[in-house]
Amino acid sequence: MAELNILEAIRTAMDEEMERDDRVMILGEDVGKKGGVFGATDGLWAKYGDKRVLDTPLTEGMIAGAAMGAAVYGLRPIAEMQFADFVYPGFNQIVSEISRIHYRSNGTFSAPMVIRMPYGGGVHGALYHSQSNEAYFTSTVGLKVVAPGTPADAKGLLKASIRDPDPVMFFEHKKTYRLFKAEVPDGDTVVPIGKASVPREGKDLSIFCYGFMRTCALEAAETLAREDGVEAEVVDLRTLRPLDLDTILASVEKTGKALVVHEANRFGGFGAEIAATIAEKGFEHLDGPVTRLAGPEVPGVPYHHTLEDWFMIGPARIVAAARELAAY
Amino acid sequence: MARTDTTPRHAELGLTDEDVLGMYRAMLLARAVDERMWLMQRAGKIAFIISGQGHEGAQVATAWPMRPKQDWMAPFYRSIASAMTFGMTAEDIITAHLAKADDVSSGGRQMPGHYGGAPYNIVSLSSPVGTQVLHAVGIAMAAWVKGDDVVAMTQFGEGTANQGEVHEAMNFAGVHRLPVIFVCENNGYAISVPLDRQVAGGSVAARGAGYGMPGVEVDGGDVLACYAAAKEAHERARRGEGPSLIEAKVVRLTSHSSDDDQRRYRDPAEVEQLKELDPIPRFANELRAGGTLTDEVEERLRAEVKAEVNDASKRAEARPEPNIEEAHERVYAEPIPGGGTPVPLEPIEGGTH
Repeated sequence: MAELNILEAIRTAMDEEMERDDRVMILGEDVGKKGGVFGATDGLWAKYGDKRVLDTPLTEGMIAGAAMGAAVYGLRPIAEMQFADFVYPGFNQIVSEISRIHYRSNGTFSAPMVIRMPYGGGVHGALYHSQSNEAYFTSTVGLKVVAPGTPADAKGLLKASIRDPDPVMFFEHKKTYRLFKAEVPDGDTVVPIGKASVPREGKDLSIFCYGFMRTCALEAAETLAREDGVEAEVVDLRTLRPLDLDTILASVEKTGKALVVHEANRFGGFGAEIAATIAEKGFEHLDGPVTRLAGPEVPGVPYHHTLEDWFMIGPARIVAAARELAAY
Repeated sequence: MARTDTTPRHAELGLTDEDVLGMYRAMLLARAVDERMWLMQRAGKIAFIISGQGHEGAQVATAWPMRPKQDWMAPFYRSIASAMTFGMTAEDIITAHLAKADDVSSGGRQMPGHYGGAPYNIVSLSSPVGTQVLHAVGIAMAAWVKGDDVVAMTQFGEGTANQGEVHEAMNFAGVHRLPVIFVCENNGYAISVPLDRQVAGGSVAARGAGYGMPGVEVDGGDVLACYAAAKEAHERARRGEGPSLIEAKVVRLTSHSSDDDQRRYRDPAEVEQLKELDPIPRFANELRAGGTLTDEVEERLRAEVKAEVNDASKRAEARPEPNIEEAHERVYAEPIPGGGTPVPLEPIEGGTH
């Protein structure tokens, strides 16, 4: 076991996968000599060379589209979008091409590739370095969408994503990159895509979350236990598509109350899918309204620190929402 | 066989009589399949047709140097003749247009004109124009990373040449000298909008200079000129000297598609004149002048092509229709909640590092 932060875990996953499978390559902006703007690929260019760790021009469409061509050809590319906010020039490739080539070719072509994207706010990145845009991708059939919240999950899920035969959107909450260190299993430990985890068990209500919200939800749950005697169960979805319905519904059955938390705005957000699914399939277990706690309905995270603090969801707001639901 | 005193052009290019007759036959076959599909569309058997008529010379010629099942192609919706040169049969094409269950391109999932075929290294095409250009570049990048002797070719129209993704593709290919050939088939119209409203400066080929690659303009009705440009581009790519851009000036003999009527925006005299620029009689005349093509050979080729299209149509029409039980399958490689069935994929191999 090594103590790693999420950034180190991601780097380790890529390193190990590049070591074991020479079809794996990385392409993106500044991923080479610089090692990425966050340092995720630090050291890999020196180890694997110019071609397998490839600096691209500032062209997200090309990054996505060329990665798909390489995947179709037989490589296992990892494409880095420098920020999730900058993915949109590549949106056409992701939505029209990468997600659809398997279906449209009747299964004869595949795009086994990963698109890594730092997302999320709380780092003074304002409107264009803070977005949580996962819902665009979770609603696109043909993609898998992963959003880990711990170093072990980041490593294990990235390894799984690289090996996956389908295209995977890999969301890395940038605020978590160096937030904490935790034990990460050494070597070839893969965390399966499509399985949620339950980092805290509880009987009174369920908090469904992913990414940075996992950390916030766990902290909130401790406060609720200490101050209110409310035992919250925290379910870290880890994979947003395919969704682990069994774990979600089992938790609702146990607690009867569901609080869905994400940083992206509420309207049409991913939480709506969780809430609707719980309402459809877990209705008889519900003992309160399925509740969403989500980012505000503004086009992005505003810059000034008071404005950013207003935008961000943290433990205090989760506690407040959970209290209201628990009292229902 | 009567020969002229001088060496025929094709011989100077290293092509045998058999080669050029093969090219001519490929053009005839593509045209015959194309025409047959229009008939099927008129008969209500096919909902929509988008044609390659007028592009066949450039398409057969630029695809001719490519090595089947080794090189790759990312086509566009007029790429019928190139797709067939890459290996798609008349039956494959007609089956795809009839959207049959075992259509090699999509199993009946895609509209007509969306060429693709895994067995032939032809990447499945979508509808937003220009996306395929990046796929060819990605394939070339992968071959370059792996050190494989592979050349990728892509085709697109002059309208598509203006897409940002085409710029991104050419720039990236230029930066790394990737083994890719960009073939712009310039027929002068992006549906209804003429070249002067589409392409600033009027030349797509001229853009090559900005990407550090040769950009050559060729008469797309001059089959051997197209072949010469493609052969040079292919050799250049294999020598590691990087990408090439070929702009073939072709004619669009039909309306944009079966849903279009070009008489609404093209001068009737212009449309009438197009027939004189048809690459098929032009190539035939050249081959006749050199003594390679005779009446006898022409008759034989046309009879073969007609029989091939008739047989292909019959067989394609007899193929099974897709069934809805499979419509939710092959979404993902393995089943996940929401659909998908397993498709065999290569196991992950051990690394070499």
